[in-house]
Amino acid sequence: MSTPILELHQIEKSFGGTRVLDGICLSAAQGEFITLLGPSGCGKTTTLRIIAGLEDPDAGQVLLEGQDVTAAPPEKRNVNTVFQNYALFPHMTVAANVGYSLKLKKRPREEIAAAVANALALVQLDGYEKRYPSELSGGQRQRVAIARALVGRPKVLLLDEPLGALDLQLRRQMQLELKALQKQLGITFIYITHDQEEALNMSDRIAVMRAGRFEQIGTPAEIYDHPRTSYVARFVGEANVLQGTVAGRDGDVLVLDCAGGCARVQAPKDAPAQGAPVTLAVRSERVEFDRTSDCGLPATVREKRFAGGMLRIELALADGTALVASRHGIDLPIQPGEAVRVWWQPEDAVLVDRDAPGVKEAQA
Amino acid sequence: MKAKRKFRLSYLYLGLVVLFLYLPIALVAVYSFNAGRLSSVWEGFSLRWYQELFRDKELFEALWNSIVLGVCASCGAAVIGTLGAVGFQRLRWRSKGVVEYISTLPMMTPEIILGMVSMAFFSLIGLPFGMTTLIIGHTAFCIPYVYMLVKARLVGMDKSLVEAARDLGAGELQAFFDVTLPLLAPAIASGMLLSFVMSFDDVIISLFVTGVNVNTLPIKIYTQLRTGVTPEINALCVLMLAVTVAGVGLSALLGRLGGHKKKEETL
Amino acid sequence: MSKPKPRQKSSLWLTALPLYIFTLLFVLGPLVYMVVLSFQQRAEVWGVLNEYTLDNYLNILQPVYLNTFLQSFKLALASTGCIILIGYPFGYFMAKLPGKWKGRMMLVLMVPFWTNSLIRLYGWIIIFRANGPLDALAMGLGLTDEPLKLLYTYPAVLVGMVYVLLEFMILAVYSSAEKMDWGLVEAARDLGASPLRAFWTVTFKLTLPGLLSGVILTFIPSMGLFFIADILGGNKIVLVGSLIQDQLMRAHNWPFAAALSVILMAMTSLMIALYKRITHTSELEGIL
Repeated sequence: MSTPILELHQIEKSFGGTRVLDGICLSAAQGEFITLLGPSGCGKTTTLRIIAGLEDPDAGQVLLEGQDVTAAPPEKRNVNTVFQNYALFPHMTVAANVGYSLKLKKRPREEIAAAVANALALVQLDGYEKRYPSELSGGQRQRVAIARALVGRPKVLLLDEPLGALDLQLRRQMQLELKALQKQLGITFIYITHDQEEALNMSDRIAVMRAGRFEQIGTPAEIYDHPRTSYVARFVGEANVLQGTVAGRDGDVLVLDCAGGCARVQAPKDAPAQGAPVTLAVRSERVEFDRTSDCGLPATVREKRFAGGMLRIELALADGTALVASRHGIDLPIQPGEAVRVWWQPEDAVLVDRDAPGVKEAQA
Repeated sequence: MKAKRKFRLSYLYLGLVVLFLYLPIALVAVYSFNAGRLSSVWEGFSLRWYQELFRDKELFEALWNSIVLGVCASCGAAVIGTLGAVGFQRLRWRSKGVVEYISTLPMMTPEIILGMVSMAFFSLIGLPFGMTTLIIGHTAFCIPYVYMLVKARLVGMDKSLVEAARDLGAGELQAFFDVTLPLLAPAIASGMLLSFVMSFDDVIISLFVTGVNVNTLPIKIYTQLRTGVTPEINALCVLMLAVTVAGVGLSALLGRLGGHKKKEETL
Repeated sequence: MSKPKPRQKSSLWLTALPLYIFTLLFVLGPLVYMVVLSFQQRAEVWGVLNEYTLDNYLNILQPVYLNTFLQSFKLALASTGCIILIGYPFGYFMAKLPGKWKGRMMLVLMVPFWTNSLIRLYGWIIIFRANGPLDALAMGLGLTDEPLKLLYTYPAVLVGMVYVLLEFMILAVYSSAEKMDWGLVEAARDLGASPLRAFWTVTFKLTLPGLLSGVILTFIPSMGLFFIADILGGNKIVLVGSLIQDQLMRAHNWPFAAALSVILMAMTSLMIALYKRITHTSELEGIL
């Protein structure tokens, strides 16, 4: 494998005694779309600013194409940023904004004009050259910011919640456009969002962040189907997290004692021994009802409602633990107050929190 | 109904106070066209005093001095104040707060004290009194206004704009000239305008720090007001009034530009 | 892991140097010298001796000088009082004008504000002068038979002070009333407050910083604006400002002038400290 385009080694950063980044490691390949996913205040933006050179790390290294740029100022890094508030220069036209980086490189005027037109065409803003940022809509400003960051063909493009200020419809559309743009240009994107759906839709890999650490790094499928920790399971796709103990083993399947019933889960390679306490995560849409199976959890239906085309059933298990089941677009013949049994396929459940939190990246 | 009536009353009040503010100025203007020498008796319309005004070399010299002084002081204040506001934003020295406070002191000190201390200090360090001392003294009391205006704008400025410039390849200085300075321009301009007006208006400090042979316009008017006025001064006042109105118009224009920019910035 | 090399730090702080130097040299220097001077002995005829004394301060305690301070203080108080009475309602009403008219009113205010204060005072000389417009008006209305002789009296000086400083108050009150959220007044009314009570509990409290800043901006200069007392008051009214000027220019008693200045400065600093204490800001409202 060739040298990663971007590498972060053990980045640490504190602001006034508060540790914001606690040993961040990441490596991004050429043309990869990596999303940093996490709640606000988890250190996403600081990570991005350190890559851009707008912030100095307290410890650690930033490598671009194998070169240490930790001490390089932002203007010396071939990395561009799309700022959260776009940060378009209000006193410059769209063309001047987009062409700014080329002007700094003292490119000839015709070349700049051509490159600007090209970049604006890329974001479908042809003909907007003479406008000022104040004359554009939010979505158009967003596109100008992207064009401005892309025009110099950076090795890595950093995007700080670029779609955060847009309405839902425009956001969906921009997600598709951005992804297409990234594929077309083959530039590495480091993308920040707190929206798990956005992350799952766009990314090649997702790094789930929590309190200055990467909780898990993996493909959307890995993150979604095999969360490594209960935090990731809850944050991405709102999974149910249950505590239990290993009761026994049935071939490839572990049988657990859990909330006054019996639950099954696919056994991992290094399966825990009998009697060991474990944490189990299962997606709400994988929760099934009523089967005369020998294994299942008794539960009471608390509430049932439709929200945004989703049927959502809230249940309470025998020990009081809350559990959520959901279905797309169909109703189930279950009423609140009813006693039911819930179960799931062993391969739909996963054991989480098996190692210490703050997983370092395991690059294959 | 009730609200409407109340509003009428408040309009009447506003009108009366405006009248109070304009009446003396209007009188000065009216009497400049008086043919007689006494400003209390109307003796018919005449442009005589304007003619005399244009013959008065001393008065024009004073006017010229005032203009030179105003331009020098406002430019000096603009450069020092703007650079200072930008630099102080990054400075981490312990003494910064104290120096910042001292630099704004002239704004909060009675002018008489500023005049007095400047006079004493200049004679202590042996600066010859004249244009130089006038410029230094005026610059000192103009700096705080520029400084405060520019600082307010810097604080309100989106920091990511400079970061974006750096990110796109501009060095620190380049980003300053390409982004910070253009966005500060309206604040600097209104600071300069304010400084010029203050300098042009000042009597007290000028009286103390001027030299024997250097008269500014306000000093000239002040001396005349104390010793005996000729309607020539009225004529001069009208001319200065015209300049003031032009200045207000200009600043209104600047303010509109500044407001426009500000709107863009928050977007 | 190796520690990152310290990046070359920003050099833009260097631009603070001119201000630093200018401030230390031409603002702090003179102020320090003023304090030193105030403790020095006056030479027989001209200049100062290198001897230190408290005489200058003791000198102030003479009744004639104490009286000057008192008179200045009273005049400053009276003019500030009048300015509040006239200026506060003006700023308040102005903030309630419809948006377009606010801007126009601001322009209307700017012309006198920027007009040379001597010119404006000259207008009052014309008005107050014996047999001038005011006398003509008063006699025409049959209020009086003979000229009022207002020029060179205390009321004339008071009017001059109010006139020159009024707009500082208006602008200060306006800028804080303009920022106010009028919805709060409506909320207070909605909660059952009478108009007067709503004004007192909401509007007044929220415009207080503007009012106080206006007080500072009018009170401090009024202690030192000797030329108003000079032009409109003749030699009859002696203010601290006039006294300092007199000691400096005519009596050539610089140490005494310095001592007077130190006291005046201390008084104004005290007021500003008080203002900061109350409003918790260091910036004066409406000054710019």
